[in-house]
Amino acid sequence: MHSGLVAPKGIWWKPAGRQEKVWITVAFIWCMVLFAMMPFWHFKGGQNPAGIRHRVEPAKYQERVNRFVQEYKVGEDTGMPVVQAPPGSELYLLGRMWAWYPILKLKEGATYTLHLSSLDLNHGFSLFPVNINFQIVPGYDYALKITPNIAGDFRIVCNEFCGIGHHLMVGKVIVDPK
Amino acid sequence: MSAGTIAAAAGLFRTCPVTKLKVHRDAELLVKVNAVAAVLAFTVGVSAAILLVLTRWQAVHLLPADWYYRLVTAHGLNMLIFFIIFFEMAILYFAGAIMLNSRVPTPWLAWLSFGLMAVGALLVDYLVFTGRADVLFTSYPPLRAHPLYYLGIILFAVGALVVTGLFFACLVVARREKTYEGSMPLVVFGALTAAIISVVTLVHGAIIYIPTFLWSLDLEIFGWKANVDAQVYRMIWWALGHSSQQINVAAMVSVWYLLGGITVGAVVINEKISRTAFVLYILFINLASAHHLLVDPGFGPGWKIWNTSYFMYLAVLASMIHGFTVPAGVEVGQRLNGFVKGTFEWLRKAPWSDPGFSGMFLSLIIFGFLGGVTGVTIGTEQISIIAHNTLRVPGHFHTTVVGGTALAFMALTYYVIPLIFRREVIWLKLARYQPYLFGGGVTLFAVSMIVAGMFGVPRRHYDISFTNALFKVEYPPGADLALAFLALGGIVAFLGGLLYILITVGSVFFGTPLTEERLQKGLASVPQGILRLPPQERKEESHYAPGTVILVFVFLAVFAIYYFTNWKMLSQVWQIG
Repeated sequence: MHSGLVAPKGIWWKPAGRQEKVWITVAFIWCMVLFAMMPFWHFKGGQNPAGIRHRVEPAKYQERVNRFVQEYKVGEDTGMPVVQAPPGSELYLLGRMWAWYPILKLKEGATYTLHLSSLDLNHGFSLFPVNINFQIVPGYDYALKITPNIAGDFRIVCNEFCGIGHHLMVGKVIVDPK
Repeated sequence: MSAGTIAAAAGLFRTCPVTKLKVHRDAELLVKVNAVAAVLAFTVGVSAAILLVLTRWQAVHLLPADWYYRLVTAHGLNMLIFFIIFFEMAILYFAGAIMLNSRVPTPWLAWLSFGLMAVGALLVDYLVFTGRADVLFTSYPPLRAHPLYYLGIILFAVGALVVTGLFFACLVVARREKTYEGSMPLVVFGALTAAIISVVTLVHGAIIYIPTFLWSLDLEIFGWKANVDAQVYRMIWWALGHSSQQINVAAMVSVWYLLGGITVGAVVINEKISRTAFVLYILFINLASAHHLLVDPGFGPGWKIWNTSYFMYLAVLASMIHGFTVPAGVEVGQRLNGFVKGTFEWLRKAPWSDPGFSGMFLSLIIFGFLGGVTGVTIGTEQISIIAHNTLRVPGHFHTTVVGGTALAFMALTYYVIPLIFRREVIWLKLARYQPYLFGGGVTLFAVSMIVAGMFGVPRRHYDISFTNALFKVEYPPGADLALAFLALGGIVAFLGGLLYILITVGSVFFGTPLTEERLQKGLASVPQGILRLPPQERKEESHYAPGTVILVFVFLAVFAIYYFTNWKMLSQVWQIG
């Protein structure tokens, strides 16, 4: 036998020992389990990042958000509109330097389609304290079906660097109890 | 008369007293300058690191916001790109020219490419430190840096690509000039794997940085305006950004085999298996760019699942194979050395006071148990929802690239100093503790990051107390505690890094020149593998490695528990899809 520094002479394509065979078989099976879990969760699990995805012009998206705010605005909080759309509706959230617009008001247990996009740079949608995270890319509309399973006062933190005010970018989501 | 013999006649070679290898002087000098450049970049990176750690520790919160983001940029570039790639260039010259008894075919081109890399690195650092490239390591457009920033990276990448080409040329020369018999050693095969992956990686770098450079110039040709789609950039950039970490993996695994052989005479238990595992890396590991895009809007589930799993996890299989064959090689080697009692005497009586061995073995453990397990888990399509851009991500890659690759490279340095720089290692007694200090610090630091990330604490974020933000955000006390432990681990790792710099720079400039006389008398202050090089070839055949079998099954249990715990955590958040 030799170390990894030695150039092997002759034929080194030799059968594996028993321990190697067992380990490689077990490792291969484990890899197949890892692989199968992802499609499995698409059928059986409740959390998937598939969504409905489109390209969108940032200006057009901004327009859509404005219409959404106009239609369902129910109040204001520190100068930011609070918007409450009926269960089942499409919600439009805009990320821009350095705010999430508008504030969303939801109902516990209701399902919505949440659209996410950016006006300028990449942003990171991070729902606090639930810890749900999505990448927001300018020019793309990412629509996800969401069902809040708990009432409360939530925050949206930006977790993708978007310039010097990045750490000030905080939005708000309120979920009313059933 | 071949070119090789002419070169030998001209005194361009020396013979190494330890390994009896023929050492090409140009190759040796190239290893030296690249290693020095690597340590310089490491010094910049580690200085940035301590300031960042003291900023994220909310109780101290040292830097102002602009300098925090600037140093995050500088830290990433100097560590992940400059330090590691310069070191890998040194490894390529070592594995190609020196280990094969060969030579660097065109030294002038090698020097030119080193020049390109050095100019590129200096340009990038100059622009970052003067505040003209506050775009972080990833520079996602439309975030924009000064055009010369992109040019600097392109120069660096072109230089590295040329070195990779020279390595291939060196393999051809070695074969033609018959400088070795049989197949290339496994360590060289691993370096070849790293080199092939690096070509794929650097080509992606060119594909994305060149248009981005043109866009940063606001270039307009006949009405065509250079533009970069934000999502396409993310996809191709990560084929550079993530794949470059796969160069590290392949290089690190080669270093494990190298150090195992040199420190305890570890054997290759089966050439076929180890080499096939390297080939699996070449075939599949570059798909991992998808790990960063799992919660992006641009791609569907089919694309995400296929790519993030590296074609059904066959690259993970490769790592799990090396994770067996490396320790098994050490075990069999140690058993042949006479440590046959019980299941673990081979490990207990290993040379734990040799930083070359301890660094290698700690790197193996940290990379496998922490880096691999956490990486595969957060690289799962759905689990990314609870991990993306939180501190879990840097927590993961500090255990792969710092606790794994950097630590393995540090361990190798203790052998490079006597073998290539031909100096004794100063403060060898202190050097014994360095891998433990660095590895331990990085482990505490990274695990704390992962815990903080589980509370949703974002990465690359200046201030999670959100002073001055529109709405209050209050993280639970557990998150603050995790950040304090992050700081503690970071400080310990920083001290380990500092010790590494002092020992290497001190040895290179002030170390006693290594003489054959002092070496033979056993007086030289060098790691034990150099004083008594363990046998590299043995007559006995053995595959008996019961200790390793236990280790790998413990590993599998840890892996499964962590993996399924994460699915459980995911199932508790809002329904989403």
